[in-house]
Amino acid sequence: MALKVTDLRVYYRTLRGEVKALDGVTFSVADGEIMGLAGESGSGKSTLAKSLIRLDGRMRHAGGTVELDGEAMPLSDDDAMDEFRFRKVSLIPQYSMSALNPTRKIGKMVGELLESRGERPDRAELERRLELVGLSKDVLDRYPIELSGGMKQRVVMVISTLLNPSLLIADEVTSALDVSSQKAVATTLLGFRDRGLVTSMMVVTHDISLVYQIADTIMVMYAGRLAEKAPADVLVNAPRHPYTMQLISALPEVGVRYEDRRLTGIPGNPPSLLKPPGGCRFRDRCPLAFDRCAEQPPFAEVAPGHFVACWKAE
Amino acid sequence: MMLKLDGVSKVYRVGAFGGRELKAVSDVSFEVGEGEVVSLIGESGSGKSTLGRMILRLASISGGTITLDGRDITTIKDRKEYYRQVQGVFQDPFSCYNPVFRADRVFAMIKEQYFPRVGADEWRKRVEGALESVRLDPGDVLGKYPHQLSGGQLQRMLIARAVLLDIRLLVADEIISMLDASTRIDVLNLLADLRARGLGILFVTHDLSLGNYVSDRTVVLRSGKVVEMGGTDLVFGGPAHPYTRSLLASVPRLHAKWADAPDDDAPCAYHQAPPESRTRPGLAEVEDGHWVACAGCAAPGTEEKKIKENA
Ligand SMILES: Nc1ncnc2c1ncn2[C@@H]1O[C@H](COP(=O)(O)OP(=O)(O)OP(=O)(O)O)[C@@H](O)[C@H]1O
Ligand SMILES: Nc1ncnc2c1ncn2[C@@H]1O[C@H](COP(=O)(O)OP(=O)(O)OP(=O)(O)O)[C@@H](O)[C@H]1O
Ligand code: SF4
Ligand SMILES: [Mg+2]
Ligand SMILES: [Mg+2]
Repeated sequence: MALKVTDLRVYYRTLRGEVKALDGVTFSVADGEIMGLAGESGSGKSTLAKSLIRLDGRMRHAGGTVELDGEAMPLSDDDAMDEFRFRKVSLIPQYSMSALNPTRKIGKMVGELLESRGERPDRAELERRLELVGLSKDVLDRYPIELSGGMKQRVVMVISTLLNPSLLIADEVTSALDVSSQKAVATTLLGFRDRGLVTSMMVVTHDISLVYQIADTIMVMYAGRLAEKAPADVLVNAPRHPYTMQLISALPEVGVRYEDRRLTGIPGNPPSLLKPPGGCRFRDRCPLAFDRCAEQPPFAEVAPGHFVACWKAE
Repeated sequence: MMLKLDGVSKVYRVGAFGGRELKAVSDVSFEVGEGEVVSLIGESGSGKSTLGRMILRLASISGGTITLDGRDITTIKDRKEYYRQVQGVFQDPFSCYNPVFRADRVFAMIKEQYFPRVGADEWRKRVEGALESVRLDPGDVLGKYPHQLSGGQLQRMLIARAVLLDIRLLVADEIISMLDASTRIDVLNLLADLRARGLGILFVTHDLSLGNYVSDRTVVLRSGKVVEMGGTDLVFGGPAHPYTRSLLASVPRLHAKWADAPDDDAPCAYHQAPPESRTRPGLAEVEDGHWVACAGCAAPGTEEKKIKENA
């Protein structure tokens, strides 16, 4: 089992109290598995991704455990976590395009990063990987500001995978790309796995139709908790959680125009994570809600590999 | 026409000591009218954000002119007056949003700068309305700093900020990319409502189905040049340039896995069209309101040569 997360809770400290951005999530990612992670904006996807790399000063590990390849990860010990970063787990952060140091040329930055990990840069390998994501080696001599959004995104993708991590977490890496680059990057991610450069992957995205192309499984989050996880085909064709169902049917198909048909999103808003209500967090917006939903539904396995947190899905 | 780009180019100096030139945008012309949404699509690095930055006067224009209501924008001395009419929301919001201010402070500054005479109550109502229109909970986000918001929340906050300014033209650079499908639709419907009130929008997007959903016209950019443009229904319904066709073929779909694009050996629509249809430089009008560039006019000069060969 590559990654095993058990009842993980990570809260943000704020002046008005703790934001329970990750509030008891339990799941695992198998060796070789590519898992897509989707969910409403603000549901905790990036928090989950960041938690597996580095808790910043405002994040608190409030409970739960994470195991990678059988080893417990010391989430709240930043120094001990250093052992894991880049080599075992690597993150391509959301908005990584603004994360590059503006005063360093790309090539120099890569060199420094490798050095800090005690590795020597292998120029040929670096160029080969740039080519994999459709970049010419010229980018090594350029400053971040001289690259377009999508180009920077791909640079970070190459940097994050240079040390062949066991688990790669990609947070919205394709969001800034045009469809043909998306296809190229997604196929490259798949290639990384197939060539064994990375073992497993968590691909955070809003583009379910995109992640559907490469993922083995898809997991959906809602308001700091897990709603559903299933093999990609099952999740897309036969979702069981009412939130997933509505999310999937909200995807517009090519060809729909506003003048002809006004699409509608899911009515209502997710609950505040400062003081989340008890019970099922989707209750206020759920068309199927009934009395029992005042109690929190477990994330239960309703079919092999298919987990759902909903009383109606049992 | 409200906004008009006429033969706009951008040259960046790159490399050691700026010794090399990179032509990011070449000779681009199109218009955005009042109450019109124009989507700008094209591959990564094709110059979309550069165009947006030039319109927003954040980058100098190397060639051609950009006019607003017939006035060259570089001659508008009062930048505040310009930004009262034209605003942008960017691809990477963290880079352009001042991290030291809380959201409520940011909105207060807009009031001080642009609406000093609006009463406090009225202003609070407007702020809350703008936030709610992008599905943000005012009570939840107003007290937060930018880094305390999720990516999509910050993106929506910037949209709310632009909406609040009551502008005439919005440059929206990939503003829905970080939103989930349901929130995307809410934001798009908001843009459509604003359009109905007369807002012109330049909508940079890679999501072709969403571009198709809201936009009146589409401009397809490749390597800084316009390869196809026209009514969205025409461009999507009958793409005339092989690049546009390849983009449409790459759109990921639910319930269908990517297939390799079939070989495209359709003849070049530009050269098929009669010479008198070349109503814009380098573009042939293949049907009323639908222009296409030569399918293989990568190098300058080939165009003339090909015309000679065909003759
Ligand atoms: N530093 C912080 N302090 C307080 N709250 C925070 C902080 N960072 C994030 N949050 C809140 O935690 C919740 C989860 O944020 P997260 O960034 O994980 O969402 P997300 O699912 O990645 O969303 P998106 O799809 O918009 O990127 C959000 O409601 C956000 O407002
Ligand atoms: N400040 C700059 N200095 C030098 N070159 C630049 C600068 N900004 C952009 N470029 C170059 O100009 C070209 C166009 O970049 P631009 O950001 O406009 O692309 P884009 O179409 O927005 O791409 P993306 O979809 O990836 O955001 C790219 O080749 C980029 O490297
Ligand atoms: S548990 Fe109840 S409220 Fe929650 S999703 Fe299921 S039916 Fe809806
Ligand atoms: Mg996120
Ligand atoms: Mg861009």
